[in-house]
Amino acid sequence: MKRIQNIGLVIFLIGLSLFTGTIFTGSFHLSPSALDAFIMEKGYQNEIIKTELTKAFVKDDPLTIFEFSDRVRHAYEVANNHYDLLIAQYDDEKNWDKKGEQYQYKIYGKPHTLSFDLAKIAGKGYVKAHAGLMWMLTFGLGILGSLLFILPNLILLGKAGIKNDGIYLKASTNRGWIAWLVLIYLVSFYLLLYFMPDYVVNWTFIVDPISLFLNGGPASQWFVYGFLYCTIMVVMALRMYIKYRGNKYQVMRTTSVLFFQIVFAFLIPEIMTSLNMPGYDFKNAFPLDYDFFFDWNLDDLRNSGSIGLFILIWGIVLTLVIVPVMVYFFGKRWYCSWVCGCGGLAETLGDPYRQHSDKSLHAWKLERWLIHAILVFSLVMTLVTLYCYFTGSPSFLGIHSQWIKDSYSFLIGAWFAGVIGTGFYPIFGNRVWCRFGCPLAAYMGIVQRFKSRFRITTNGGQCISCGNCSTYCEQGIDVRAYAQKGENIVRSSCVGCGICSAVCPRGVLKLENGPEKGRINPTDILLGNNIDLIQLVNKREK
Amino acid sequence: MKHIVIIGNGISGVTAARHIRKNSKNQITLVSGEAPYFFSRTALMYVYMGHMEFKQTQPYENWFWAKNKINLKQGFVNRIDTDNNCIFFEDNTSISYDQLVIASGSKTNKFGWPGQDSKGVIGLYHKQDLEQLEQFAPNNQVCKHAIIVGGGLIGIELAEMLRSRNIPVTFLVREKSFWNDVLPDRESEMINKHIKEHHVDLRLSTQLREIKANTSGQVTSVIIEETGEEIFCDVVGLTAGVSPNIDFVKDSNIVTGRGIKVNRFLETNISNIYAIGDCAEQQEPMGERKAIEAVWYTGRMMGETLAQTICNHRTAYHPGHWFNSAKFFDIEYQTYGWVWAKPKENEARFYWGHKNGKMCIHLNYDKNTHEFIGINNFGIRMRHAFFDKVLTKKKSVSYVLAHLSDANFDPEFYKKYASEIVSKFNQENNTSIELKKKSWKRIFSEA
Repeated sequence: MKRIQNIGLVIFLIGLSLFTGTIFTGSFHLSPSALDAFIMEKGYQNEIIKTELTKAFVKDDPLTIFEFSDRVRHAYEVANNHYDLLIAQYDDEKNWDKKGEQYQYKIYGKPHTLSFDLAKIAGKGYVKAHAGLMWMLTFGLGILGSLLFILPNLILLGKAGIKNDGIYLKASTNRGWIAWLVLIYLVSFYLLLYFMPDYVVNWTFIVDPISLFLNGGPASQWFVYGFLYCTIMVVMALRMYIKYRGNKYQVMRTTSVLFFQIVFAFLIPEIMTSLNMPGYDFKNAFPLDYDFFFDWNLDDLRNSGSIGLFILIWGIVLTLVIVPVMVYFFGKRWYCSWVCGCGGLAETLGDPYRQHSDKSLHAWKLERWLIHAILVFSLVMTLVTLYCYFTGSPSFLGIHSQWIKDSYSFLIGAWFAGVIGTGFYPIFGNRVWCRFGCPLAAYMGIVQRFKSRFRITTNGGQCISCGNCSTYCEQGIDVRAYAQKGENIVRSSCVGCGICSAVCPRGVLKLENGPEKGRINPTDILLGNNIDLIQLVNKREK
Repeated sequence: MKHIVIIGNGISGVTAARHIRKNSKNQITLVSGEAPYFFSRTALMYVYMGHMEFKQTQPYENWFWAKNKINLKQGFVNRIDTDNNCIFFEDNTSISYDQLVIASGSKTNKFGWPGQDSKGVIGLYHKQDLEQLEQFAPNNQVCKHAIIVGGGLIGIELAEMLRSRNIPVTFLVREKSFWNDVLPDRESEMINKHIKEHHVDLRLSTQLREIKANTSGQVTSVIIEETGEEIFCDVVGLTAGVSPNIDFVKDSNIVTGRGIKVNRFLETNISNIYAIGDCAEQQEPMGERKAIEAVWYTGRMMGETLAQTICNHRTAYHPGHWFNSAKFFDIEYQTYGWVWAKPKENEARFYWGHKNGKMCIHLNYDKNTHEFIGINNFGIRMRHAFFDKVLTKKKSVSYVLAHLSDANFDPEFYKKYASEIVSKFNQENNTSIELKKKSWKRIFSEA
C-alpha cells in the first residue's frame, strides 16, 4: 500500500513537471494577414502598433513565448510612447485640441494581456497539436498519481476516526521544506495567472478542446483556472471523504461545496456563454463578487435582455435578502463551507493546512480591522462606481472611479484573494482570505454575531482544555477559550466547518441552530459544580 | 492585600489563581517546577501523536499572566515551614505567604517492581514524561517493542500514542477485562475488542513480576508474573494509576494520609493552608465520590470553590452530579450519574448496543422507584445539561428514554438511534414509552 502511494507520488510529480514544462514549449509566429485581422478586430486606431508588431515578427525564426512576449510588450511600449510624447509636446504648446486627439490612438489594457491574445493566435507546437495527449500527460497523470496516493488511505488510515496522526511531524504539514516548496509553486502560479498570462498560454492549448465543447470558444487563462480548480477540488474531496468518513456532517458538506463549484461556478457559466448569455455564477454574491456593479458588467447585463435583467435582480436579492436570511437560520456556514468556491478550495486542497491559522489575540484584532476595512473599501468602490455609472462623471467624492476599481482588483481581487489567500495555504493556513479579507464574510459575520440562530454549543463541564478544537480551527478562533469556560461559541468569523466538533475527544462541541435566547451564555462557574455556587457567582457577575 | 502562593500550575492551581484574581486584588504567586506556563496535561498525548505542538496545549498566551498580575515562579518546592509561613525551593531560596494553596497534582504509581527505575521506564503524567518518551520511543527503530503495565485511562492513551508511530505494544492488564473495576462487563468487553482491533497485544489477567535492564541500566525485557514469560522491549510504560504528589509536604505539620487531608472547605489542619485537586484527600466522604478524585474537572471545581473562600466568602466544596468522559482509541465515552461496574441491590439496568460493536448506552435506574441513576454512553454524545437536570429533578428512567432526542449531542446529520433504543426498552420491560421530538424549549428550561 505504501508502495502504491509512492508510485502515485512519482506519477503526480511527473504530471506536474510536464504541466509546468509545457510553459517552455511551442513556437510563436504571426502571419501578416493574421496580424491585420487581429488589429481590425480590436479596432486599434494606433498606427505605430502595426508597424512595430510586423517588425517584431518579420524574422521567420520561431520565437519562444518569452521572446514573443518581450517583443509584443516592446511594440506596445513604443506604440504608446509615440503618442505619449505627442501628448507631452502638445501639452507644452498648450494645444489642448491636438492633445485630446491623441488619446484615441493609445492602446489600453495590460501589455501581458495583449501578448496573451496574440500568442493565443500565434502559438504552434506539440502541445497545441496534441492537446488530448498532453491533457493525459498533465492533468491525466496528475489525477492518476493523486488517486494512487489518496485511495490507499482507505486501508492505511484504518477504521473511521480522527486521522491527525503525524501532522506536526511531517515537512509537508508542519511548515517544513515541502510546505515552502508548495508555497513557492502556488504563489508563482498565481503571479503568472494574474499578471503574466501570456507565459502560460500553452496551458490554455491543453484545455482548448474542452473549452470548445463547453462554451464554443478557445480557452482563456481563466478557463484553465476554472477547470484546474474543479479538478483539484474533486481529487481533494476524495481525500476528505476518506479522512472524515466517520463524520456525516463532513461528508455532506464536502459534497455540497463540490456540487456548487462544478455546477454553479463552472458548468452553468460556461453553458451560458455558449448560448450567448453572460456567463454568471449564480451563487457568487456581492461583495465577494466585487465587480458585479462595475460598468462593464452592468452594460453587459443590460444588453442581454431578460436573462440579464434576471441576473441583475437575482444578484441584488441574493445579497440583500437571501444571504442575511440564510445566515439568520443557519449561520454563515451555509455559504462559507457549504456553497462558496473559495471556501470549497479551502476545505479540500486547504484541509491539510487548517492547523496553521494564527490563534493569538493579536491576530484576532488584526482580523477585525482588516476584514471590516475591506468591506468598507468594497462598498465605497461600489458607491463611486454606481454614481459614476449613472451620472457619467469620472469621479465621486474626489475618488476616481477607474482608479478605485483598479486598486481593488489589484490589491484585493488578485493579491489578497489569490496570491496570498491560496498561495500561502501551506504556511498561514487555508482560510487567510476568508478570515482577513472577504467582504462577504465580513457582512455575514456581522449578521451571524448579532442576529442568528447559529452557535456552537459547549457541553457543560466536559471540556478538558486539550486544545484540539483551537488547533484545527481554520479561522483561528480559540475555541478552547470558550469551551473551557462552558460558554457557547458565537463568533462572527466562524464558518461552521464542524472540525472542532469532530476532533474533540470528549464530545464537548456541537454546531446547532436554536432559539436566540440562551445562545450566548456567559458563565463563570461551569455546570457540574455546586448548584448554589454556580447561581451565586453567575448572579454576581451579572 | 494578602499574598497568596499556589504550588502547582495545573488546572486546579490555575483555576484558583484566575478566580482569586477576578474577585480580589490579592498578590498571587503561581509556583511550578514542571513547566513555566500552564498547559493541558490531557493533551500531552496529542503532542507525541503529532496532532498538536506543545505550545498549543497552553490554554493561555504567555502575556496572560503578567496582564492579570499573576506572578509565575519556576522551581520545585521541597519544604514548607508552616510556623513562619514560608516555602523553600530546591535551590534554598524561599517565598513567604499569607495563604498557601497546595495543588501539586499526582505522580505515577510504582509498586516496587524490581527494575522500575531503569532507563526507558516511564509514566505518562508530567511534561518530562513526554520528553522521555520522545527520547526512548521516537520511532519503531529505536523502540522495537513497548510494554504498558496497568489497564486504565492513561494506559490505553499510551497504547494509542505508541501505535500512532507503529510501535508494537503489549498491554498488561491485571483485571480480567479492561478497566473492569469501573466499566460494566459489556462496555469493558467492547473496549477489549477495540484495543485488539488497533493491533495491541492485550494481555488480560496479567501482572508484571520484574523489569530487566542491561548493564547500562537500560530496559531490555519484562517478566510476566503468572507465566514467567519474558518479553523483550525497549520501553516500559507504568500506568497503574497515580497518587498524590506530596513528598515535599511530608515533613511539615500538615496532616496527610494518602493525600493532603482537607475538610469540606478544602482547608488543611493549618488555618492558612489549603489543598485542591489531585493531591487533596477529603476527610469525610462526599456521596458516592472517592476521597481522592484525580479528574480534570474536579480539580477545576475545587479551584473555583476555594477562590471564593480565599476572597472572604467561605464556601464548602460540594460538587454536583458525577460526570466524566474519556476516549478509547476511536470510541468516545461519556458518563452522567452513576453506572457501577456491578449493579447494586436496588438497581436495574438497561443496555443497548449497536451491532458495529462501537456504540452502546447503559442506563442505571432504581428497581422500585424507577428513578434514573446514571448513564454510560459510548460512541454517542449526550448533553450534560440534560442529564444534570434529570438527576437534580430525580426524573424516572422512562422520562430519560422519552426525551433521548433532547439529550442527544451528536453532530448534525448523524444517524439517530433513540427510537431503536426506546423500542428495545419497551420490549424488554413491557412498557409503552413514546419517544418525544426534540424540543428547544425543554432543553433551555431552567433546572
